[in-house]
Amino acid sequence: MTLKIAVVTAGLSDPSSTRLLADQLAAETVRRLESSGREVDVDVIELRPLAHNLADFMLTGFASGDLEGALASVAHADAVIAVSPVFTASYSGLFKMFFDALDNDALDGTPVLIAATAGTARHSLVLEHALRPMFAYLKAVVVPTGVFAASEDFGSTNGGALTGRVQRAARQLVALLADEAPSRAQRPVKVTIDNPEDTPDFASMLAAASR
Amino acid sequence: MQFGVFTVGDVTTDPTTGRTLSEHERIKATVEIAKKVEEVGLDVFATGEHHNPPFAAPANPTVLLANIAAQTERIVLSTSTTLITTNDPVRLAEDYAYLQHLAEGRVDLMMGRGNTGPVYPWFGKDIRDGIPLAIENYALLHKLWREESVDWEGKYRTPLQGFTSSPRPLDGVAPFVWHGSIRSPEIAEQAAYYGDGYFHNHIFWPASHAAKMVRFYRQRFEHYGHGTADQAIVGLGGQVFMRKNSQDAVNEFRPYFDNAPVYGHGPSLEDFMQQTPLMVGSPQQVIEQTLGFRDYAGDYQRQLWLVDHAGLPLKTVLEQLDILGEEVVPVLRKEFAALKPAHVPDAPTHASLVDAAGGPRESTVHGVDDVTGKSPATV
Repeated sequence: MTLKIAVVTAGLSDPSSTRLLADQLAAETVRRLESSGREVDVDVIELRPLAHNLADFMLTGFASGDLEGALASVAHADAVIAVSPVFTASYSGLFKMFFDALDNDALDGTPVLIAATAGTARHSLVLEHALRPMFAYLKAVVVPTGVFAASEDFGSTNGGALTGRVQRAARQLVALLADEAPSRAQRPVKVTIDNPEDTPDFASMLAAASR
Repeated sequence: MQFGVFTVGDVTTDPTTGRTLSEHERIKATVEIAKKVEEVGLDVFATGEHHNPPFAAPANPTVLLANIAAQTERIVLSTSTTLITTNDPVRLAEDYAYLQHLAEGRVDLMMGRGNTGPVYPWFGKDIRDGIPLAIENYALLHKLWREESVDWEGKYRTPLQGFTSSPRPLDGVAPFVWHGSIRSPEIAEQAAYYGDGYFHNHIFWPASHAAKMVRFYRQRFEHYGHGTADQAIVGLGGQVFMRKNSQDAVNEFRPYFDNAPVYGHGPSLEDFMQQTPLMVGSPQQVIEQTLGFRDYAGDYQRQLWLVDHAGLPLKTVLEQLDILGEEVVPVLRKEFAALKPAHVPDAPTHASLVDAAGGPRESTVHGVDDVTGKSPATV
């Protein structure tokens, strides 16, 4: 079965170092999966073009335009790679808005690799104090190694430190995608208008209500 | 098919004048709107229930509906919605049955859960129990209208022993009930189980959501043996603003749209019209769009429009009702009737329910002890 990997990247400029890091993480993950004979389908979701849809979502409560598909892609992914630039000591507002728009059960049990970029290494703990707790709330399985890249990491090889972290993080993500890991299809489903057929029979709802 | 309006009773500043109605003005305007609904030949007026500003909708809709019943002769009085979660089903059974008597049966009601978290604790409830509350409370309400002596034990209220809800429903027939829900299939399932109506608000969200909910309700209605899927009782909301010239409608409505509660300051009017069933344009455009609802909802029984929100002045609202009554609804009545197969029923009314029950039944329960008011069933 083809594995679906959703890459969420909140960089705003073009070219974007956030996108660059996201691409490195995705490429390393795909390389490792394919070398073990897995088929992989990668969907890169740039948040910049969804900014207006996200603001509308906050006000209307429904996903318009391409946002609906982007949210569905993340919700149905077997793994997620999420990369944000650091703005004012945390993930960017756009990054947070996207995950605010996602159903809180959508990432239940989904392996997530977290990464961030910033102008200075002094922000490196953002992964631990901002991204990791957010994904813990969303009940995701967050890869132990988060990848942080400051401007200097892109400018020098620094003994291959960034590359090493990318490789380690990708290896850990791939380990979570081992064959025996439960696929999305096997997890309990939440009833929504997209799967009304999973609604419990009325008699059982009535019995549960009066218990 | 029935046509009418539903109001949420919001007290919103008119963005074009900066004027905000007093509660008194808004309440009296609501009565005027209901009378106009009858005058222009529409069929249904439905009111929301609210317990907090910025709404001047009744906390108990039967108060408003009784007043309107006294000033009208023909229209059906309904709710949009009656909160089945935070109201005691015993009070609902009593109040709506009383209203049935006052209104000579021109009453039905729509159950809703209410999505305002802070309201629940005001009535000793918790929004996280919304669905179980809706299920348990309605099960009791359903019983109270149909059984004279009720024994009951549930999770959310004190038990009842040999309780008789009074007055008994008019002619021994409970008011017809719709269940409203935007996106909870559990409520569509509930409506289907009882063979009640299902109503989708069909305003704030894409039509595809309404389509999915209606389809599921219809399937389940058939599953529970109330008829075929296309015989299920479906109602839709809608939101319109009309002028003879569609560009005039857009220009006049835009400031109200841009500043409206719920979706204001969000998407543009044009985007929102594309994404949701909102229609701002000419009467002809409203006719064409409304006929199109049938493409995804099937032959349905009730169409209610929201016409009085976002600070629109009363005069404008009454003009909208004139346009609906004169230009839109007569055409829709004819067109929908021509399209509807014979085996698809109309929305139930008090008269049709009495017929189905084999005629009116005098159902007064006479107390045996007028000192203690003890129920006859317990004597």
